[in-house]
Amino acid sequence: MPTPTDLGLPETPAFASRVDDELALRLYRSMLRMRRLEKRAYDLFLQNLVKGTSHLALGQEAIAAAFGEAMRADDWTFATYRGHAHTLARSVPMEPVMAELLGRSTGLLSGKGGSMHLTSVEHHMMGSYAIVGAHLTVANGAAWSAQLRGTDQVAVCFFGDGTTNIGAFHEALNLAATWRLPVVFVCENNFWMEYTPIDTVTAVPRPAADRSAAYGLEPVFVDGNDVLAMYDAASAALARARSGDGPTLVEAATYRHGGHSRADPGKYRAEDEIRAWLARDPIDTYRGHLVATGVDEARLKEIDDDVARELDEATEAAKAAPPPDVDLVERDVWADGGASWRN
Amino acid sequence: MARGIAQELEHDDRVVFLGEDVASAGGVFKSTVGLLDRFGPRRVRDTPISEQAILGAAMGAAMTGLRPIAEIMFSDFLAVCWDIVANEIAKTRYMTGGQVSLPLVIRTANGGGLRFGAQHSQAVENWAMAVPGLKVVAPATPRDVVGLFAAAVRDPDPVIFFEAKGLYPGKGEVPDGEIVDELGTARVLRNGRDCTIVALAAMVPRALEAAETLAGLGIDATVVDVRSLVPLDTRTILESVAATGRLFTVEENPRLVGWGAEVVSIVAEEAWSELSGPAVRITTPHVPLPSADALEDHARPSAARIVETVRKTLG
Repeated sequence: MPTPTDLGLPETPAFASRVDDELALRLYRSMLRMRRLEKRAYDLFLQNLVKGTSHLALGQEAIAAAFGEAMRADDWTFATYRGHAHTLARSVPMEPVMAELLGRSTGLLSGKGGSMHLTSVEHHMMGSYAIVGAHLTVANGAAWSAQLRGTDQVAVCFFGDGTTNIGAFHEALNLAATWRLPVVFVCENNFWMEYTPIDTVTAVPRPAADRSAAYGLEPVFVDGNDVLAMYDAASAALARARSGDGPTLVEAATYRHGGHSRADPGKYRAEDEIRAWLARDPIDTYRGHLVATGVDEARLKEIDDDVARELDEATEAAKAAPPPDVDLVERDVWADGGASWRN
Repeated sequence: MARGIAQELEHDDRVVFLGEDVASAGGVFKSTVGLLDRFGPRRVRDTPISEQAILGAAMGAAMTGLRPIAEIMFSDFLAVCWDIVANEIAKTRYMTGGQVSLPLVIRTANGGGLRFGAQHSQAVENWAMAVPGLKVVAPATPRDVVGLFAAAVRDPDPVIFFEAKGLYPGKGEVPDGEIVDELGTARVLRNGRDCTIVALAAMVPRALEAAETLAGLGIDATVVDVRSLVPLDTRTILESVAATGRLFTVEENPRLVGWGAEVVSIVAEEAWSELSGPAVRITTPHVPLPSADALEDHARPSAARIVETVRKTLG
């Protein structure tokens, strides 16, 4: 795969944009919440407390965090099975997320969805979708609804590089562009389609940006590990959508520190490739940037401690919660709360 | 059909309608003529040939406050967007612990009779019936097209509305005024004491025709129009079988795992002692549907085949 330099990216994120101090710290806190929760989830998996599968976004946090801060509270998020970060980015508390991963009654989905389907309609987090590509078309529907009702809301849809090769991607982009829908498509290009380098299975070097012209859109390629550059890109795309100018397709270059899912140690990747990207870690480099630009270490330490406390409390509360009542199996198939299909 | 859609667009301004060729052209079956003029391009919208995009748009709109009607031109095309139907629309309420509501209708032209061949003639109601989270409706009369469609659009859950394309040219009385029926209710169209014939959609007029012929042969048949597979009005079917002691199902779907198998299974479990002989399924054989008149007519259950099967079975 290409090195960061091949992609025109600096060795470490440039952090050339400026935001106010409060926002700068919110971005830091948001990324840290994602990182810490996912690391804890992995530890709990090793203890056989988190079951099933999960897909961690370790290393990719800047994209979800930047959009989370740039979005309006009533904008909608549509995420993939790699959706823990995008859920937390919408200010969903850690406890119901952790409880869902642990299969407890207090889980965000009462234990019925699990890691790959985190949803919190109350926070306008409209779902994590585990079939590649489907949710791009669903995000269009939310955007269409906003357009028809004149609400100025925007739908933001996150997906991976592999999604750019499935039919639904192209159907969704074409419809969004044709109908000028207020939707932002965010391709998180981590350069690995599951276990396969994306450039070996894709006709163009930049899987999303190089396809944008086919839908009459400008190519947008951003350093996805630079949370400030991502914030700018997010703000521009959201403003464009809100002004009625239609969709934006953002390609954010990033890297997942681990494998595709937790069954995958990711050993197929070269050591120097991993090293180059770890040097671009979105959180460590951003923390360094904050300190270098005069943010008091003590304030950062306060956030670190705060997030650690939130996580510990969430973990303990989730572990202490009972499993879901088995009556739930036959509940909520239908709007009447039941599962009956006959009289 | 156009009247049914218009009634719902009129009734609720959250209702929107989208699909291929549905607006300017008025539908390939001319079943949506006039809707664009009457309700405008914001609510009646042409789409590209993108079935996943159509159903995804309907789903996203439904989860954010609209009540979309999406047309999939031929039910065969459900195969190209089955992910959105079976994985997304059907499961989202359940998977999210009831957080997401999807009040939407997918209407689609289903079944054979027009010599279109195997990719434009399938009866696929049993595909939909097999997926938890979908309601499945298939009307047989013009009145039910309007009334059951209204019930589908007003229902809080996703409904697949199968329109028997072979019945589009059919005629029948539809009273004036708003018509709103009820999902999950079968209808007894003819009462007879000798056997119960349960049919759906395009098979209903054939079952009625067969019953008239059987009457001439001294066999008095009850005909039940199922109308809705999910929810299924088992009570009406069980009551009828209890009265007649014999059950026949008439299904347009290919043999294996057709809806009649479920009906027969329910009757076997719950009304075994009421049966005085085997329950018999009359279906299209387990083949893709051929196109030539002679072949298609032979494949789909006809009134003559129903008569012959009932007559032989009852001896």
